[in-house]
Amino acid sequence: MVRMSSVVIVGYGGYVPRYRIKGEEIARIWGRDRSELPTEEKSVTGLDEDTVTLAVEAARIALKRARIPPSKIGAVHVGTESKPYAVKPSGTIVAEAIGAVPRITAADFEFACKAGTEALQFITSLVDAGRIEYGLAIGADTAQGRPGDALEFTAASGAAAFIIGKNKNEGVAEIEAWTSYVTDTPDFWRREYERYPHHTARFTGDPAYFHHIVNSVKNLLENDGYTLNDVDYVVFHQPNTRFPLVAARLLGVDLEKVKPGLVVGQIGNTYAACSLLGLVRVLDQAKPGQRILLSSFGSGAGSDSYIIRVLENIKLKRDLAPPLDKFIDRKTYIDYAIYARHRKKILM
Amino acid sequence: MFRIKIPRYWRHKDFRYRLNAWRCNHCGEVHFFKPLVCRKCRSREFNQVSLPDTGKLLAYTVVRSPPEGFEAQSPYIVGIVELDDGTRILSQITDCHPEELKKGMRVEATLRKIREDDEDKIIAYCYKFRPTV
Repeated sequence: MVRMSSVVIVGYGGYVPRYRIKGEEIARIWGRDRSELPTEEKSVTGLDEDTVTLAVEAARIALKRARIPPSKIGAVHVGTESKPYAVKPSGTIVAEAIGAVPRITAADFEFACKAGTEALQFITSLVDAGRIEYGLAIGADTAQGRPGDALEFTAASGAAAFIIGKNKNEGVAEIEAWTSYVTDTPDFWRREYERYPHHTARFTGDPAYFHHIVNSVKNLLENDGYTLNDVDYVVFHQPNTRFPLVAARLLGVDLEKVKPGLVVGQIGNTYAACSLLGLVRVLDQAKPGQRILLSSFGSGAGSDSYIIRVLENIKLKRDLAPPLDKFIDRKTYIDYAIYARHRKKILM
Repeated sequence: MFRIKIPRYWRHKDFRYRLNAWRCNHCGEVHFFKPLVCRKCRSREFNQVSLPDTGKLLAYTVVRSPPEGFEAQSPYIVGIVELDDGTRILSQITDCHPEELKKGMRVEATLRKIREDDEDKIIAYCYKFRPTV
């Protein structure tokens, strides 16, 4: 558990690419039962998009709300498992694109789907320690799913960005506390030079997702003196539509607190961006004084949980940039053939 | 086999990533990449300026027979955009189909992949414009 002295989100942004493929279209290709699809549809990148361009989109939206010169940003951390280069940081390209270079630290973080909240931990710590005035944490992914595999129904693309500072007068929300819960759990992995990840099917539920999220949330609440009654919204990592609802039941969370942050049914599992896009959607509608419990999950495995309190400034800054729903509603459906081209599944 | 001239790509990233251009101190002419002398008045003094990232679409066409290096995203749209300060810029138009475009419609800049080097695999990122969200 880490108690923050005064660390605030001064700007936030979420981005989802325009293209969608329906779960039933993927089921049609592989002859699967269409009655139990893990998501209704998922987002797909355009031919000219990758994790870096998604991250830049989200960062620019966050900057519009933050209303600070990019040159004041002292760190750019990108959490992702789909970086375009094996060796060459995504953070430097993002920093250059938003005009934050050169007096910054930049790094890429990897921890499966919790790489984004992991980047956020380090940015909040740098700000809390007074090493930087502002920092930018991004979760972004163009997730890979092997053709025909269960993950292909959910592996999606998106990005969420948060600019963190210390001045409460600039903040839209205050990060009050965070914690992590991590073990070595082989539920999902991808070795070097491999195009697609492997996973241990149902093993990903109890010993991985549920064990880590439940313990992470319990640790945060118990160690920091919070109860579930203190929070108005709960955002879990969303690998499919069912898991976050089961996690809510295991923890005794009212489902009405979970539903506002659920985006997986419309855009799929955006991996490192997933829980953070849920947070963006909640910030788009929360009222000052309300508390948000955010709990991510990353395979391998671990969970980061945060307590975030919405500040008065949200009313002034929210409308400075498009809400996430504008990007979620902006969609063009594609069939599996176009999807295969967009996701480079056709090798020549 | 298409190759990217990496030093030139690197020199131009200010403009390609952020639309940071050079304005002649003497006549006000805008140059996208820093010149030695102004093409209009021959002055040698410039200031770096950030061009607006929004504007309107003046004209467009669909490229179906792309030049070498641009095949992966073909067919794609190329348009002339008039930025909000009056500067005209040639750009790819993304996130839309040609039938959705209208002359005069509002567009905004975004950063996208433009092409990749066939051998060294380096990715060239550049501004493109899309219908305003």
